[in-house]
Amino acid sequence: MCATLEPISESAAIGCGFRDGLYGDSVKLPTDSVEYFEHGADIGVIGRGAGVERAFESAARAMFAIMSERAPAAADKPIRATVEFAEDDVELALVRWLNALLAAAREERGVFFDFRLDRDGAQWRGQAQGRRWQPDEERGTEVKGATLTALAVRATPDGWEARCVVDV
Amino acid sequence: MDLTRLERIDDYCWRVKLPAETKGSALLYGDRELVAAMDDKVLEQIGNVARLPGLVGPALAMPDAHWGYGFPIGGVAAFDPDQGGIISAGGVGFDISCGIRCLRTSLTFDDILPKSEKLADSLFRDIPAGVGVEGDLQLNDDDLDDIMVEGAEWTVRHGFGAGAELEFVEEHGRVKGAVPDSVSKTAKKRQRGEMGTLGSGNHYLEVQVVEKIFDEQAARAYGVRAGQIVVSIHCGSRGLGHQIGTDYLVSLAKAASRLGIALPDRELACAPINSPEGQQYLGAMNAAINVALANRQILAHLARRTLTHFFPQATIETLFDVSHNTCKLEEHEFERRRRRLYVHRKGATRAFGPGHPAVPLRYREVGQPVIIGGSMGTGSYILAGTKQSEARAFSSASHGAGRQMSRHAALKQWHGRTLIDELRRQGILIRTRSMRGAAEEAPGAYKDVDAVAAATEGAGLARRVAFLRPKLCVKG
Repeated sequence: MCATLEPISESAAIGCGFRDGLYGDSVKLPTDSVEYFEHGADIGVIGRGAGVERAFESAARAMFAIMSERAPAAADKPIRATVEFAEDDVELALVRWLNALLAAAREERGVFFDFRLDRDGAQWRGQAQGRRWQPDEERGTEVKGATLTALAVRATPDGWEARCVVDV
Repeated sequence: MDLTRLERIDDYCWRVKLPAETKGSALLYGDRELVAAMDDKVLEQIGNVARLPGLVGPALAMPDAHWGYGFPIGGVAAFDPDQGGIISAGGVGFDISCGIRCLRTSLTFDDILPKSEKLADSLFRDIPAGVGVEGDLQLNDDDLDDIMVEGAEWTVRHGFGAGAELEFVEEHGRVKGAVPDSVSKTAKKRQRGEMGTLGSGNHYLEVQVVEKIFDEQAARAYGVRAGQIVVSIHCGSRGLGHQIGTDYLVSLAKAASRLGIALPDRELACAPINSPEGQQYLGAMNAAINVALANRQILAHLARRTLTHFFPQATIETLFDVSHNTCKLEEHEFERRRRRLYVHRKGATRAFGPGHPAVPLRYREVGQPVIIGGSMGTGSYILAGTKQSEARAFSSASHGAGRQMSRHAALKQWHGRTLIDELRRQGILIRTRSMRGAAEEAPGAYKDVDAVAAATEGAGLARRVAFLRPKLCVKG
């Protein structure tokens, strides 16, 4: 399944409090596809990118798209979070990244859609921004946690791929 | 599943042919059709569980078994701590103590039919359900620590229901051995706003009608009769449990390696029960079990309040509350010896038989109630634990219909709105904040609950007492 998230205009982004994307450009939701793979009871997420960090960001977008595909609107309250952890196992780092984001989103009472992750050896530092839940909005499915099932982080001819099953 | 990889023991029991060097053994329960339809991952996973240290008896897969995390969902395994037995986060799952609270009422379907739309709307308003939806109960840190230790007893003391009904909750609503200090700050933060919430995915609150009685004696003991309205609430320990699952999944996966346990699958993440790591997880898991029991007590109270608003004369009592994803210290007879074992039930239900001292006195002659939850369009079953189940499965039984189709495939096949409209035409009202969730939970995505219940009975794990048809369903 590929779900595309609609980009919003810069003026709309500013209107709802999202001024700059985490890479310094105007906020836009990713137009690249979010990817999933089959699992009997839950959902496999796939992230791809030029490097490990970009692949992890992409996996995070895929995970949060399960919970909501709605683009931010003017009425939304923006939320931000920073997550940091130490992990030298790059596959476990994916699981820890995704789970840290889930906890942060819960604390901020919202959902993230924009991510930036940097790594210095075994030290990982990431930022996420998103929006708070609106009371009566249509929801997706809650992700309880990222698991070690089908966990893989590997180089591919086109860059890096990071995948795991998330428990819903 | 390739049946040549199994050896038929009887019509409902199959031994898994494992490599000769495997120390343990594994059995699958189910009729031929159910077992043949299980994916090969079940075989792989139960075979992996059979290799874990300190396993007592075979690793077991229930008739609703399907691909899980480390353990198959529907997996049961008992371990002896004195033989290096392990406790596994993968053998419990993320939604620690997910389970079902079943309430019986004095209402009939004819009573609720004229008010069903308004009742559905009110339940949808009053039962917080859906990702990101918070409950009204705001707790401070001390409250949450108390709930982690006291479970449903805390909620009763604070006005959610009556103490007498805790007799009909596993562990009387409170499991011993909870250690709040073993629960991370993140887990506690994650629970804020989530006490008294249903969650999402396959969680639900269903108003059901008892459509058929199979076992008159057990039905009488349980206070169940044809035409009666019952309410089933399926949910677990919410964010706290999920976070404990994620915290310990990684730490136990690393601990296993450090402690020299060769894991065929990292998701089996475990440590010896008698190790500091094992004890720490046990303390946290028990805290989550208590949170789940408290959560369902609150939801039962909210449901009761809404129903009583519409039907002030109705009696609404707890029939029973069962948990699915736990590891519990229990005494079992194995090879003619009483042993204290840690029994993992991952997507499986405890099912004590007649005469067991843990079964409430009112039900002791017939056995513990077991509830197999089906899909929102088919139905559910109340069963009774059997004496046979003690010998066959450490008193365990199936917990649900089990998925037969991935969520991805379900989304391709069904549209939430269309499905809800179709179920309405069939007389089932659905209320949900998630059309995606509705499609993922389509009845066709689940195995035949009738077949699972019949196979559970055929395997001697529990016997059918009553079939419940859904009428109203609140989904997250």
